[in-house]
Order: sequence, then C-alpha cells, then structure tokens
Amino acid sequence: MDRDESENGREDMLIDGQKQGNVSVPREFNVNYLKLYYAKLFPYADMFKWMSYGNDGKHPACDQSYFGRREFSFTLENDIYLRYQSFNNVLQLENSIKEKCPFKIDIGPVYSVDPAKKNAYAQSGDNVFTPVERELIFDIDITDYDDVRYCCSGADVCLECWPLMTVAIKVIDTALRDDFGFNHILWVYSGRRGVHCWVCDGKARRLTNEQRAAVADYFRVYKGNENSSKKVSLTGPALHPFLVRSYSEVLERFFETKLLPSQNIFSTEDRYEKILEMIPDKTATSELRGKWQTKKGSKEDINVVRWEQLKNTLQSGKYKAQGLRRCVEEIVFSFTYPRLDMEVSRHMNHLLKAPFCVHPKTGHVCVPIDPNHCDEFDPTAVPTLLQLFEELNIGGTRAEDDNEWDRTSLGQPISFFRSSFLQPLLKSCKEEMESSYKAKLQQSKSPLSW
Amino acid sequence: MEIVKPQWKKPPPSANDVVSTLPLYRSAPPLEVRLEDFELYAIDRLRVLKGVSDGLSRGKRPEEMEKLVNDLWKANMRHPLPSEVTNKDIISHFVLRLVYCRTEELRKWFLSNEIALFRYRFRLLSPEAQRLLMAEFDLPYKPVTTAEFEGVKEKLHLVARSTGQLKPTASDAIFYKVPFEEVPELVAGRRVFICKGYAYVAMNQVVSLVVTQFRGLLSKALVLTNRKWTSTIREEEKDRLTPIVETLCTSYLGPDYSQPKEFAEVSIKDIDQVAKSSFPLCMRHLFEKLREDHHLKHGGRMQLGLFLKGVGLKLDDALAFWKAEFSQKVGAERFDKEYAYSIRHNYGREGKRTDYTPYSCQKIISSTPGVGDHHGCPYRHFSEENLRAALSRMGVNSGALENVMDKVRNRHYQLACTLTFESIHGLSYDAGINHPNQYFSDSQKFFKSKNNPSGQGEPLDARSPI
Ligand SMILES: [Zn+2]
Repeated sequence: MDRDESENGREDMLIDGQKQGNVSVPREFNVNYLKLYYAKLFPYADMFKWMSYGNDGKHPACDQSYFGRREFSFTLENDIYLRYQSFNNVLQLENSIKEKCPFKIDIGPVYSVDPAKKNAYAQSGDNVFTPVERELIFDIDITDYDDVRYCCSGADVCLECWPLMTVAIKVIDTALRDDFGFNHILWVYSGRRGVHCWVCDGKARRLTNEQRAAVADYFRVYKGNENSSKKVSLTGPALHPFLVRSYSEVLERFFETKLLPSQNIFSTEDRYEKILEMIPDKTATSELRGKWQTKKGSKEDINVVRWEQLKNTLQSGKYKAQGLRRCVEEIVFSFTYPRLDMEVSRHMNHLLKAPFCVHPKTGHVCVPIDPNHCDEFDPTAVPTLLQLFEELNIGGTRAEDDNEWDRTSLGQPISFFRSSFLQPLLKSCKEEMESSYKAKLQQSKSPLSW
Repeated sequence: MEIVKPQWKKPPPSANDVVSTLPLYRSAPPLEVRLEDFELYAIDRLRVLKGVSDGLSRGKRPEEMEKLVNDLWKANMRHPLPSEVTNKDIISHFVLRLVYCRTEELRKWFLSNEIALFRYRFRLLSPEAQRLLMAEFDLPYKPVTTAEFEGVKEKLHLVARSTGQLKPTASDAIFYKVPFEEVPELVAGRRVFICKGYAYVAMNQVVSLVVTQFRGLLSKALVLTNRKWTSTIREEEKDRLTPIVETLCTSYLGPDYSQPKEFAEVSIKDIDQVAKSSFPLCMRHLFEKLREDHHLKHGGRMQLGLFLKGVGLKLDDALAFWKAEFSQKVGAERFDKEYAYSIRHNYGREGKRTDYTPYSCQKIISSTPGVGDHHGCPYRHFSEENLRAALSRMGVNSGALENVMDKVRNRHYQLACTLTFESIHGLSYDAGINHPNQYFSDSQKFFKSKNNPSGQGEPLDARSPI
C-alpha cells in the first residue's frame, strides 16, 4: 500500500482537523461528487488499455489472461480495504468501481494466477501465486524533505517547496531514459504531497526484485540516519557520471537560484548552524561563523552572500587539500537531491495509487505531469472534484457522449496521457509482441528443418 | 552419483570439458559415494555456507569475505586424498542441492550463500583460471571496440576514479557492454557507467557477470531438482537418503547443549547471579518475568526451561525452581498436577522420553509470540523503545546500543545479540551468537578466565573458526 494514505492517514486527519476547524470534510471532496466522477469522468478505457499492454488485441501472441491477473485494491469510504480485486475486462472494472465508489484505488503487480483466486492456489502447495510483472515504480514524498524546507511541514505543500519535486522529476526522469534506456515513463501527481513514477517498458516490468533494488540503490545518496548531521556522503576522489550530470544540469542551479533565496537557508543562526555541521573542519566553520555572527547591512540577499562566502572558504587553497571541496557538493545534494521511498521501488508486490484517483483530503485528481514541462506544473491548480462537478453542471443538458471530460479541465490531462504516454506505449507493445511471436515461430520451426 | 538411482546419473562429462579449480556443478558426478560421506561432506559444506551467511549478515567487506571464505574452505573442505578434494566439493554441493531444493525459502537461502561462496572463490582464483572459467560460461558479450571506447572514455575514467581505481586505458582495459539488469550489484553501487540500458563492465568486474550466470544456472537447477525430488527421489529413497536429506537443513551445526557437560551444574542458589551475568536478553527477560509474575505461558516455559536444562539445572532443581514460582500464583497442588509433567517431559522423563533440545536462535527468532507471551527473540519481538530500555538495563553503553539498534533495523537479530555480548563482555566475538546456551557458556568461560587470569582456562568458542 502506498504510504501516502496508509501510514500517515491518521496524522493527515489531525492536520486537517486543526486547519479546518469544524469543517470535517473539505469542500473540494464529497462522495456525491466522487460518484459523479466515476460515472462520467474516470478514464476506464484508457486505464484498461494501459494495463493490458497490448494483450487485449487479436494478435495470436496476446495473453488474454493478462489483465485479469493484475491486482487492484480499493479503499472504501469507511476505511475498508479490499485487496486482490481482479477484473477480466474493462466492463467489470468499470462496474466494480462505480458500484463500490472507492476513495482510493491501488494497483499491484500482475500475478502468475488470478489474484482473486489466490487462496485456492495457496492450498495447492508450493508458490504458484507469485508476482510475475510489475511496472518499476518510484514514490517521492515532500514530507521526506521536512529538514530542508522552512515554508511548510508535513503534508503541506506550497509553491515555494514544490520545486523540490520538480527537481526530483528532472533528475530521475533523465537517468531512467539516458542511463537505463527506458522510454515509457509516466509521472503522476499523488494528489497532495508528492509524485509517483511508473516505468512501463516491457524490460522494466519484468525486472526481478534484486534488479529493482539495484536501480533504486543507483539513485541513493542518502545514508538515512537521523542521528548524523551529514545526510549525504559522497566518497571517492570523483563523482559518478550520473551524479555529476545531476549536479551540473539540475541541482546546482536550482540550489543557487531558487532554493537558497526561497527557503532562506542561511538567514538565521539555527539554520546556518545546520549547514556548518556538515563541514568536518573546525577552523573552516569557525571562520565562517565569525563572518556571519556580525550582521553587515547589504543590499544583496543574505543567503546568497553567505553561500558565496562558504564556497570561497571551502574552495580556497587553504582547505582544498583536506577534501573540503566535496563539502559544497554534499550540501547541495543534501538540500536538493531526490529522496525516494526505496521500499516502494524494491519489491514487485508494492501497491501504488492509480493515476486519475481523487485524493480524499484535497479533492485533487491525480493527473499526469509532463516531465519535459514539469517546471510549469502547479499542484495548487490541479483540477478538484468540486471544480469538475461545477464544470459538468455548466455544460448542462448537453447530449451524453464519450468525451464528457472535454468540457472539463480533465480534458487536457487525459489527452496528454493518451498522446504522450499511452499511444507510444501501445505502439511499442505491439512491436514487441510481433517480434517475440516471430522469434517463437522461428524457434518452433527450426527443429523440423533439421 | 551412484548413491541415488541410475536415472539421476547424468552422462559423463565429455572429453573437451574444461577442468578448472572451481566447478560449475552442471551435472551430478558419476561417482560412487559412501552413505556416510554423503552426510559428512554435506555437513562440512553446510558449515562453510553457514559461515558465509554469518559473514554476510555481519556486513563484512568484500576483502574480509574473501578471507573468510578462504579460511572456511580450508577448515572444512579438505580431504586427506588430494584426488578426493574436487569430488568432495562436487558431491557436497549436490547433496545440499537435494536438501535445499524442497521449499522456496530453503532454495533462497542455499542460492544466496552458494553464490556468495562462488563469488569469493572466483576472486581467489588466478587470472588464468578466471579466464578459463569465463570461457566455460561462453558469455555472449563482446568487448567494447576501441572506437566506442574513445567515445565514452571520459565517463569510464570518472567511474573508475569514483570507485578509487586507476584510469583505464584502451590498451590495458577491456570493457564489456552488458544489459544493466545482468550486473545488479555493480549498478547498485554505481560502480559502472550505464548508458541507454547498457553497463560498461571492466575486466576486473567480470566476477559479477560470472556470478549472474552461475546464479541463473543454479536457480534453474534447484527447481529441476525439486521436481525430481517430489516426483521420484523422495519415495525411492525413503528408507535411505530421504531421512538424511530431511533433517540436514534443520540441523543446527553447533553443539546442541542438550547435555550440559562443559561446566559444573548450576544450582538454584546461583541462578539469580548467573542470570544477571550470563543470560542472553531473551532468557533474562523470561527469567525476570517469571520472578515478577510467578507465571509464564507455555512458549516461555519451553524456551526458558530447556535453556536452563542446557545451562545445567538438574531435573530436581528445575522442579523446585518452577514450583517455587508457580505455586505463588496457582498453588503447589495445581503446579504438581498441571505443570510438573511438562518439566519432566522436557527432561525426557515423561511421555516419549525423548530428550528435548534447547532452542537455537533460529528457532526462537522464528517463533510467533502472542498476547501475554514473553518468549521469542527480544531483538525481533520487542518494540524499539522496550528494547532500548532493556539493553540499557543490561549495561550496554549508548554507542554500542546504536549499533545494536542498527542491526535490528536491518533484521540481523543474531548480530544484534552478538554486539550486545561484545559490549557487555568488552571483547570482540567473531563466532557470532547462534544459540542462547552458547551465549551463556561463552559468557561463563569469559568470567572464569577473568577471575583466574593465571590459569589458561578453556578458550572461547569464538576463537575457533566455526
Ligand atoms: Zn512550502
């Protein structure tokens, strides 16, 4: 289950309760809107097409059981949690969602057998019931950045701290494409405080747990120890090309031009002390502290000034030999490098919230994010249930047609989903199917010709 | 191997098979094996694998693992006849394959430790032997051409430097371009340059490639062996091999502590004192709870009772000890009626009269204590808060405590216990704790030698390799 609602669910409610006083249900979300959303707007056909990966066609290589072996799980209004739901076709999926009106839909792996019948198989002995395919997924959550943002904390997000997510998308997306060679990548707003990533290439879906863990570890620079002041440790005389690229193309510029002034990370003693703790040299830190304790009036942003001083000090000839130069990079990485929830990516059977769900606390629809224009994505402007409800009503009594969403603000996200993700994906699924079918035919023919 | 039915026997190796010092175990050897060798060889290899497993969970670095594997192999896999050495290697592997093919969990354990063993044995080979072995795998990878090398040279240099290696040059460095998923450990450590799905693997990293191949080979073989086992071998060999196979994987290789002989018996009057000084946390906790509540549920009575038997508490003393506590809660009469039986049972004086063996760590860790139970492994079953409190009460200092908690978080419960042992006794304990009674007896040895510094005393088990 993805952490977004499970582990922190209770905390969420507390935060909301405090914020919104007596109003227990946010205005943007209620069951009736959700019912209407599932009745008129949820893109069942697209989800089915996606999750079928071409197996819903007529090609002889299609695996007709494929979609039916996928686990869905529903969280209902009263927190009832239904796992191992499965559907043989789009109609079953649609009917079930409409009937149960889940507050959250999670997507699990494709199993070796129909997950709904898992108990029957469990009795038959050995591990017949096992995950066989699963998108490579990533979950990045702004709550994991609480020590580097001063504008918000917990589940709250604003336009000052959201760019941390944007940076994460850029770094991870580039590496997934350029390093790992993946092409079919879907980024989705999690509806409140983070982003999800679905890597859907055939090769990605068939990775073993060990291989998934390897990819996740490739991305890891955090030691993850609460008790150490140094969260990032970049050892060795040089950085790996992936880190070099992330640093020079994304992190450094973001840190210096955006994060530094917007989060005021050097503005008070508390804050700059946290940074000084990352420098393992007493002389250097006391030199800097000396400069910063007496405030000099300057027109320039104090954060920018102090950062320049820190860089100059550490990179000056004095400390160069002691390897303090790497400290500058470590500080930038600490503040900006993507913080992934490793466990989500490591295992095939981790569930992740489906795109186009609606977050019950915010009413936001989990819409796709275009990684090429992720700077323009504004989480506060994502369509909400209330907004969609009103847009549908304004449309009034127009004849029903398939494209209800075209007259709502869901039209753009859905057409983006189709044109830049779904269509290229299905095209390559078809090609892959064709070529593996040919190879198989070839194989089965060859013994005959001998 | 002749010991099983002939259909299991594979065709003999063809003439052009490369003989290298590290066998790939592609097919069962056409050898005759004596039944006792069958078991003894397997146990020797199992000691190696358990040692490897301990080393891995202790987080030993590659160089340390290399040394460990070398030591373990020398200690256990030698044979007086030089001609038998390779046979022992092969036979023991195939016997354990049979033992460990039978469930997913066993296969997983065997696979990961055999692979680690293979990895470090490969690293110990001469470059020439390594090259031969690579040829035997017939790896489908072509070296990167000079032209291509020039294109990515900068990146390769960077990776080499980032991992603290020397600059590769076109002449002395051969790189293979390999799908990244085939070298997960190199990817995980960012020890290769990756571009468009391909990892550039340097010649000195090919061990990863070879290991991946070996893993594929072994993992498939285990599934096949499992099929043969369930379909034929188990039934055909039910009077001969099957009993051996079925007990080997659960055999705990250390002493079983069912017969306390190393030490003078512990008497009731000393028990509080030794509990404080030498009980591992799991037993200390049960002991304290028993003193506090004058009661323990069944799981706790078994775990503590058998441990005390191993410690050297005689049956009569055990009865008196348990009675003294339980009668305060349930009365002496009820104790005699309901509880005394099972204590005698533990000592083999009732029922089947089998001598019950004290629980090993493995058994305790995998137990599932419920509400009101106090047995189990505290490192696994306590909340972090309770564990911290209990460890401080034991006298673990705060620095060591963090290390213990770190092991706990990574689910290395026995290591956590080992670190606790080290912290309390102020020594390094390489053997690792595998049994509560081992903890006890080595703790006692430690205190005895401390109180008697002139006498040599018995060495700690820790000093011997396994
Ligand atoms: Zn904010």
